[in-house]
Amino acid sequence: MSAVNKYRLKQSTATRLGYQKAYGEPISRRTMIKRTLFAALWVTVGRLACVLHPTAVPMAHSSPLSTPKAKSVIQLWLWGGPSHLDTFDPKPEAGHDYCGPFTHPIETNVPGIRICELLVELAKQADKYSIIRSMTHGINAHETATYLMLTGRPPGGRVVYPCVGAVVSLFKGYDAGYQGLLPPYIVITEPLGRFSESGFLGPRYKPFATGGDPSKTPFTVEGVVLPNVPEQRQISRRQLLSKLDTLSAALGNNDLLADYRSAEKEAYDMILGTGAKAFDLSEEPPALRDRYGRTTFGQACLVARRLVERGVSYVTINYKGWDTHKNHFQAMRKLLPEMDKGMATLLQDLADRGLIETTIVWWGGEFGRTPRILWEAPWNGGRNHYGKVFSVVVAGGGFKGGRVVGASDSRGEEVKERPVYPIDLIATIYELLGIDGNAPLPNPYGLDLRVLPKPEENVKSAGKLVELL
Amino acid sequence: MAAHIMDIPGALAQNSNCIPSQLPSQTFDVVSVFEIPQSPKPNTQIDKLVFTQLGELGITPANLCSDAVFIRRVYIDLTGKLPSAADVQAFLEDKNPAKRSVLIEKLLATDEFAEFQAMKWSDLLRIKAEYPVNLWPNAAQAYYKWVLNSIKQNKPYDKFVRELLTSSGSNFRVPPVNFYRAVQNRTPRGLAAAVALTFMGTRLDKWPEEKISAMAVFFSQVAYKSTGEWKEEIVYWNKPVTNQILNCTLPDGSTVIIPPDRDPREVFADWLISPTNQWFARNIVNRIWAWLIGRGIVHEPDDIRPDNPPVNPPLLAYLEHELVQSNYDLKHIYRLILNSHVYHLSCIPHDLSPAARENFASYPIRRLDAEVLIDAINQITGTSEKYISPIPEPFTESPENFRAVALPDASITSSFLELFGRPPRDTGLESERNNRITPAQRLHLINSTHINKKIETSYIIRQLSQPNVPLPQAIKILYLNILSRYPTEPELNIAITHLSHLPDKRQGLTDICWALINSAEFLYRH
Repeated sequence: MSAVNKYRLKQSTATRLGYQKAYGEPISRRTMIKRTLFAALWVTVGRLACVLHPTAVPMAHSSPLSTPKAKSVIQLWLWGGPSHLDTFDPKPEAGHDYCGPFTHPIETNVPGIRICELLVELAKQADKYSIIRSMTHGINAHETATYLMLTGRPPGGRVVYPCVGAVVSLFKGYDAGYQGLLPPYIVITEPLGRFSESGFLGPRYKPFATGGDPSKTPFTVEGVVLPNVPEQRQISRRQLLSKLDTLSAALGNNDLLADYRSAEKEAYDMILGTGAKAFDLSEEPPALRDRYGRTTFGQACLVARRLVERGVSYVTINYKGWDTHKNHFQAMRKLLPEMDKGMATLLQDLADRGLIETTIVWWGGEFGRTPRILWEAPWNGGRNHYGKVFSVVVAGGGFKGGRVVGASDSRGEEVKERPVYPIDLIATIYELLGIDGNAPLPNPYGLDLRVLPKPEENVKSAGKLVELL
Repeated sequence: MAAHIMDIPGALAQNSNCIPSQLPSQTFDVVSVFEIPQSPKPNTQIDKLVFTQLGELGITPANLCSDAVFIRRVYIDLTGKLPSAADVQAFLEDKNPAKRSVLIEKLLATDEFAEFQAMKWSDLLRIKAEYPVNLWPNAAQAYYKWVLNSIKQNKPYDKFVRELLTSSGSNFRVPPVNFYRAVQNRTPRGLAAAVALTFMGTRLDKWPEEKISAMAVFFSQVAYKSTGEWKEEIVYWNKPVTNQILNCTLPDGSTVIIPPDRDPREVFADWLISPTNQWFARNIVNRIWAWLIGRGIVHEPDDIRPDNPPVNPPLLAYLEHELVQSNYDLKHIYRLILNSHVYHLSCIPHDLSPAARENFASYPIRRLDAEVLIDAINQITGTSEKYISPIPEPFTESPENFRAVALPDASITSSFLELFGRPPRDTGLESERNNRITPAQRLHLINSTHINKKIETSYIIRQLSQPNVPLPQAIKILYLNILSRYPTEPELNIAITHLSHLPDKRQGLTDICWALINSAEFLYRH
């Protein structure tokens, strides 16, 4: 008998001895484990929190809307803070010290709405989006402003709240019966950082970060697409693993390694199955890819569309490069055209595919930039952080297009009318998604924390964006 | 601590030809990799108590584990690291019948043992710089070092706990005061809950209300004040100004009168650590049992209550007694458990019933702790991770080859550690550590650039890919380094067959290394 045959025989002996029988408890436990590729970290803790603290309310999924309008969010996050004057709130009348070289804003396809002259493609899409020109929070530091923009809560509290994406993941993801192979909350390509993730909800609700660069071929999504290991080698490796998995063979076909085996199967569904396909831009017509722009941002927008098409609830594109203290206008001449192409094509593509009705697109950063230009050295035409007033753009998913909400003053320095606070925007997004603002947020402290702040939290608000609903 | 994997047996680096004669080439079958054909014997008191009960229940315990399994198991359980290839080889060749006991003694004396225990204690004591526990980085580091040094000195457990419960002073200068800072709720009830969970293994919220408020009184005079130094805080006994006498009831129902010149924390601590206190010894021996054997005698180990009885009361009583008799020497308890045949059982059960599992009839397989797993991968591949603390102040960066097991502060983390369920140290519950394997974890291990790059660029693969290293030797060395054993003949054949289909030796060895790292045998304590 060959050595290999002897090996096989031993395996079947193990099976004959009855190791395939269930090993107690795992059956009930397994029924709890959903098809959750990226879930799973804090299940035990979450359950215990409820046991430990009788005040902790088990998760509720009540919905204020009978049928939510939006299913997904694509967040175009311009990390660093885009200038409002040089994008969606131009002030040509304010003079050279405010508008610099961008003196001729262009008309859009909505009469009366003008935007920066470099946003030529977006000018053709203005009927699809609305501009909030009176966003305000007054914070001028990146991390704290990001925290406020993404949680709606003022920074500095003892409790670290989850950002919008994590809350959406909680109410639309695995806990709400999401069965997709792709994670419900994805960031392209890098996470936003320490104060803007899942907060007290824990790592289970953190975004899956793709890593890699979607403008490169292949787009090497961390864990999903491995460069230098093509499909054939993946298959041969998997076969090798199954042959060398000796403990697995010795334990036999019982439940002791059930999680291990099912986890492997799902991982390979991702690597060799439909999961990896979601990130494969070679499936798209080259002409469409050109329209998005062959830039990291442009192709990220295309990936985002492919993800929401497959049911992903929340996609953040972490778009870096907007913290332009120095040589601001040179940077704008590079960034604005690529942003323009990517975002405008995304809106049109979503509309062409009938996805815009159910997909919220949210454009903005943590703040705007100082309206008055710093011409002197070392800035040489720079703009600093500015949280007092700035612009945010929303589209789709039930948001009306072709509107302008609020206004800044003639130099873009103060809110002139209808202030909009971060929580107002977030509350409106939740409403469109059908997330109950009063629903409790599970937390390990046993505190009564809600999706939206309770009145006694005194979070600044001027009300939901009813004018856009 | 250095992650030099190339403890290659013999003198491979110089002359690989000398290897074959050194390596045995017996044929194994699949089960004999993990166990020897021998049933356990009731050698020790622990064995008598466990096997008697198994006999009464009609449960057959597993066979004894093999030497290769034992060395890997005891290294991982005690030090959180893999044995080197040379350690494995020497142990397998050692003819001393007492070699397992010798190894246990050796490992109990290592710094790695102290580091691994300090990690567990830091979980229970919630050592982290911020959110929701806010120790701040300096204090977290000071506290961790105090815990680590206490373990290194093998400080008697009663003394360790008394210092934690009764100290006063600066969070930077008197590290054990951080016990009262590392809580989410600094009210007397919050402090009482932390004390009950940590040192009595019990959940205060399951107690009747009057007992909770009675225990809280002992912590009603703990106070905090800040100083001129950033993030420094003094924990102190806020002595009452009046001459009021406190009438207190201890958790066992007895009453004490505390005069105004006596810190109630001390009264409580002295009651707690008294040899007659049933809670104190029970909690810690049960935890150590659970850490080593995978399941508490009372399960969960931090949920001791009358309606959750121990599965084997005489066993628990015996360990409690031994702890008190040894003057609270925790290493004595480790020794007793590690030298019992119960600890030496194979992971392949003869009985799959829940009762068998609850009564320790085999060694339960458990996925490696997050920190242990990344350290092991680094050890094999000769790579390392960078850990940084982004929280002021001080900002810290780990040196090269730093073990994740030795991270002092849960606020210093990585996406790998989070993905693999390292506890955030929010609650101090044992169950915060989540070692259940998930698809996302498998995806990361199978297909991430993070792990694959470590393998591809590893020193061991580079060395073994040299043309002068015969394939069987290369494969054996991979097995020794990754799985702490020699390959069986069939395994060797499978590996060689895989290689023979590839033009590139290095790619083949990379695949084998990858497969072994992704096998259940590597990922699980077994």
